[in-house]
Amino acid sequence: MLSRQKLRIAAFSTAVIAFAATSGGALAQKKYDTGATDTEIKIGNIMPYSGPASAYGVIGKTEQAYFNKINAEGGINGRKINFISYDDGYSPPKAVEQARKLVESDEVLVVFNPLGTPSNSAIQKYLNAKKIPQLFVATGATKWNDPKNFPWTIGWQPSYQSEARIYAKYLMKEKPDGKIAVLYQNDDFGKDYLKGLKDGLGAKASMIVAEESYETSEPSIDNHIVKLKATGADVFFSVTTPKFAAQAIKKLAEIQWQPMHLVVNVSASVGGVIKPAGFENSQGILSAAYAKDGADSQWDNDPGMKKFFAFLEKYYPDGNKLDGSVVYGYGAAQTMAKVIEMCGDDLTRANVMKQAAGLKDFTPDTLLPGVRINTSEADFAPIDQLQMMRFKGEKWELFGDIISGEISN
Amino acid sequence: MELFTNQILAGIATGAIYACMALAVVMIYQAIDHLNFAQGEMAMFSTFISWQLMQWGIPYWGAFILTLAFSFAGGIAIERLLFKPLAKAPILTNVAGFIALFAIINSVAGLIWDFTIKQYPTPFGSHPFLGSQLISTHQAGMIGVTVLLLIALYFFFQFTRIGLAMRAAASVPESARLVGINTSWMIALGWGMAAAIGSIAGMLIAPVVFLEPNMMGGVLIYGFAAAVLGGLTSPFGAVIGGFLVGIFENLAGTYIPGVGNELKLPIALALIITVLVVKPAGLFGRPIVKRV
Amino acid sequence: MSAVDEVVTEAPAVEAVPKRAMTLGYGTSLVMLALFLIVPLLVKNFIVFQLTMLLIYGLAVLALNILTGGSGQFSLGQSAFYAVGAYTSAILMEHAGVNYALTLPIAGVICFAFGFLFGQPALRLSGVYLALATFALATAMPQLLKLGYFEHWTGGVQGLVVTKPDAPFGLPMSQDMWLYYFTLAVTIAIYIFSVNLLRSRSGRAFMAIRDNEIAASAMGVDVALYKTLAFGVSAGITGVAGGLGAIAVQFVAPDSYTITLAISLFLGMVVGGVGWLPGSIVGSAFIIFVPNIAEGISKGLSGAVFGVLLFLVIFLVPHGARQVAIVAQQLVGKLKKN
Repeated sequence: MLSRQKLRIAAFSTAVIAFAATSGGALAQKKYDTGATDTEIKIGNIMPYSGPASAYGVIGKTEQAYFNKINAEGGINGRKINFISYDDGYSPPKAVEQARKLVESDEVLVVFNPLGTPSNSAIQKYLNAKKIPQLFVATGATKWNDPKNFPWTIGWQPSYQSEARIYAKYLMKEKPDGKIAVLYQNDDFGKDYLKGLKDGLGAKASMIVAEESYETSEPSIDNHIVKLKATGADVFFSVTTPKFAAQAIKKLAEIQWQPMHLVVNVSASVGGVIKPAGFENSQGILSAAYAKDGADSQWDNDPGMKKFFAFLEKYYPDGNKLDGSVVYGYGAAQTMAKVIEMCGDDLTRANVMKQAAGLKDFTPDTLLPGVRINTSEADFAPIDQLQMMRFKGEKWELFGDIISGEISN
Repeated sequence: MELFTNQILAGIATGAIYACMALAVVMIYQAIDHLNFAQGEMAMFSTFISWQLMQWGIPYWGAFILTLAFSFAGGIAIERLLFKPLAKAPILTNVAGFIALFAIINSVAGLIWDFTIKQYPTPFGSHPFLGSQLISTHQAGMIGVTVLLLIALYFFFQFTRIGLAMRAAASVPESARLVGINTSWMIALGWGMAAAIGSIAGMLIAPVVFLEPNMMGGVLIYGFAAAVLGGLTSPFGAVIGGFLVGIFENLAGTYIPGVGNELKLPIALALIITVLVVKPAGLFGRPIVKRV
Repeated sequence: MSAVDEVVTEAPAVEAVPKRAMTLGYGTSLVMLALFLIVPLLVKNFIVFQLTMLLIYGLAVLALNILTGGSGQFSLGQSAFYAVGAYTSAILMEHAGVNYALTLPIAGVICFAFGFLFGQPALRLSGVYLALATFALATAMPQLLKLGYFEHWTGGVQGLVVTKPDAPFGLPMSQDMWLYYFTLAVTIAIYIFSVNLLRSRSGRAFMAIRDNEIAASAMGVDVALYKTLAFGVSAGITGVAGGLGAIAVQFVAPDSYTITLAISLFLGMVVGGVGWLPGSIVGSAFIIFVPNIAEGISKGLSGAVFGVLLFLVIFLVPHGARQVAIVAQQLVGKLKKN
């Protein structure tokens, strides 16, 4: 009898404890989707570690190092980040395979910062159908800002088109009678800038007197420059990736062509472009920026950049601070960490997306003073501000206001 | 008209890059009777070595000589370690080996020196050459070095014992062995020389295209095309082929309306194939005779 | 060098494979078939997708094998045919609303014609020269796909998104599963066709050309016709594979079909064994899984690890999977005798 009673009490008390445990959880509203637990959050990523675009692989390595730092410092809300990054070699079919592996095999909570317009285009439909957040994609195409059709995809960096519009505005004001020669890379990146420039010039699109495209397989673009010079243009818009931008700067100096020279943000890196091309050849070049440059001495004492340099030293000693991609990866990873932090204990995919769309005036350490990340339900373009700059001496001089290049569709 | 002459001059300037690479291609073809797909990467790696030496404070010419020696030894080492064991394997397996070598070198260079572009010095300066802004002193120097190399190679293959032995070993190994030529070491020597010439090409090309692990990708395609156009058995043809490809590519890009600019590489390649259909051994190559 | 010097170098690039050795025995074939039918039922959807890609690349490698192993012609341009097949399917499905299954034969026919035409100038070329010509085709293709003139249909640099088909007749099957079995059916049909083709009169003509072109022509084989035919058949099969690839990946873009793809297919053929049709699937597995293994070992050096693994394979088995199969066969033979 006694024993039975004891048993009952024991059973009752376990039930109470169990109840308390579950209700306790409910009070703190711990909610999880696949990929998140009390101790760990799985974040997936796809990068071209091999193949023609392997130069960008350092973005993934920087992000890995950043999450290592977060884990070493105790994680986010007590949870460690498990960053799983795969190589797609910049091939869309491989990106699809890797995205499916991340989602179906590794069971990640989100796919963060996959690189390249073609790769992201290939996985966008799949991730949206599965309702997996495709967060802060590493490409500047305009199409990532489309919350109505693709509510699970969000961009990060300023779009190529909005940047080009800023240049268009500047040109119409400063050089209304200019003749513009455009050299662009024959892919989505080049064509987006070209479109942005034309849209920005609007009725004045006839200012463009020459459009010349090049393929990345060309060893040297010298002959395009020769051709563009022959058009008599006095503005040169260089929509090029770093190697070709440096070649163009050098060639312009060699053939003594001195137009107003605009370089797109991708190739405005002091260490990666300007220095190899020669400071003496680069005076007066114009560009626009949203992030600080690790090779630019004016940021040496900037508190944000000091944190960045300290991070490099401790967690990513192989990282080259001159490489713009390292600065990029740091900023993107920091944004990701912020979103996870904002999610608190509600780590559902829907909430991650909600928080990513609810960033208010967030400023990663590496962004220019005054540039802030803002998103909303209808605005999936986190960074949309840039500032114009001119190269002088051995560094960029920022001028004018911080301009929002938001595209009103 | 000015544009026309300018494009020809610019074509000669870029053609010098292709010619230089094409010479290295012909060298390896003479030695092993194949195209080596990893040749561009080997040249890139050598160029990085010379860059690293200069970073350590060794003057240009010192680094140049050291790199030549390193490349020569490296070429021989690669042949002894990786391709000698494959000597009896089918040809296509060897081609797969070249691709593997390509992947290894590219990836290792990326890891050691990362993918940011590096400035590479030129011994000739980059001022306008003879008043023409289109050809710089560096490009003129490059053409000069290419021609010197060409002459040296010509004498080597035509008049030295070892050069003749090497040719014999590549084209008729059985008979070469019968007359006492160590064919196996001739092939290794060929690899060494091809690697050394490739390193010269790399060091001359780097000041124009900037040094980075993928710098030779495009150059190698053009180098192959130039060598095939000129005739794979003829160093002279390869150099001429290089200039022709450079000039033709520019003219196609400038004067073919509509698609010329976007498709200049395909158009240039199509032209080369047309030439090959008419003259299957290339412009200056010897015709191949088959025995049944 | 006199003209005679060049004679020996003209030995056939591909060693002769007797035609019986080009296929598998009945028993082995049935075991393989059973594996392909059952395995997908036991694994995750993601693996099913990978298996689908395995079959698709297997088809493309098989096509190259018919060309190189069968007729002795070398091609580094298979990615171009694959791209044409993929775009044909994608454009027909998305712009003309054609059923996905119907787009495949159309892709096949278009690629056959394309390959046959390309085979004409290729007739005059051999060895390195043919390699360059096909290589040119492979580098030109992505640029052609980007051309502004076709942008309305091809989507230009942005590519085209393709809708994945549902299982028909209300079959209780996921899209991935259905697509796998659909691909398997197509693969088996093409495999049987290829085996029979190589056993037929045409196949014997291919092999005669491969072993000695001049002797073949002396025997009365129409060398020009059969060489171009081999190109056509190879391109046609590659086109079907491309079409299936577009449906499975749900996306086509110029960046998907670069020279890297052509090189992968070539490696697949070498690893599988030149001229051994079942090896195509082994080669396909190599090009899909080995890069994954390589990046698992080291991210920064994934290219180098891949290269080292490739070297290991060609050192151990220079004749590819075929060599393994032959050794295995001999072992089985010995066991049976005992």
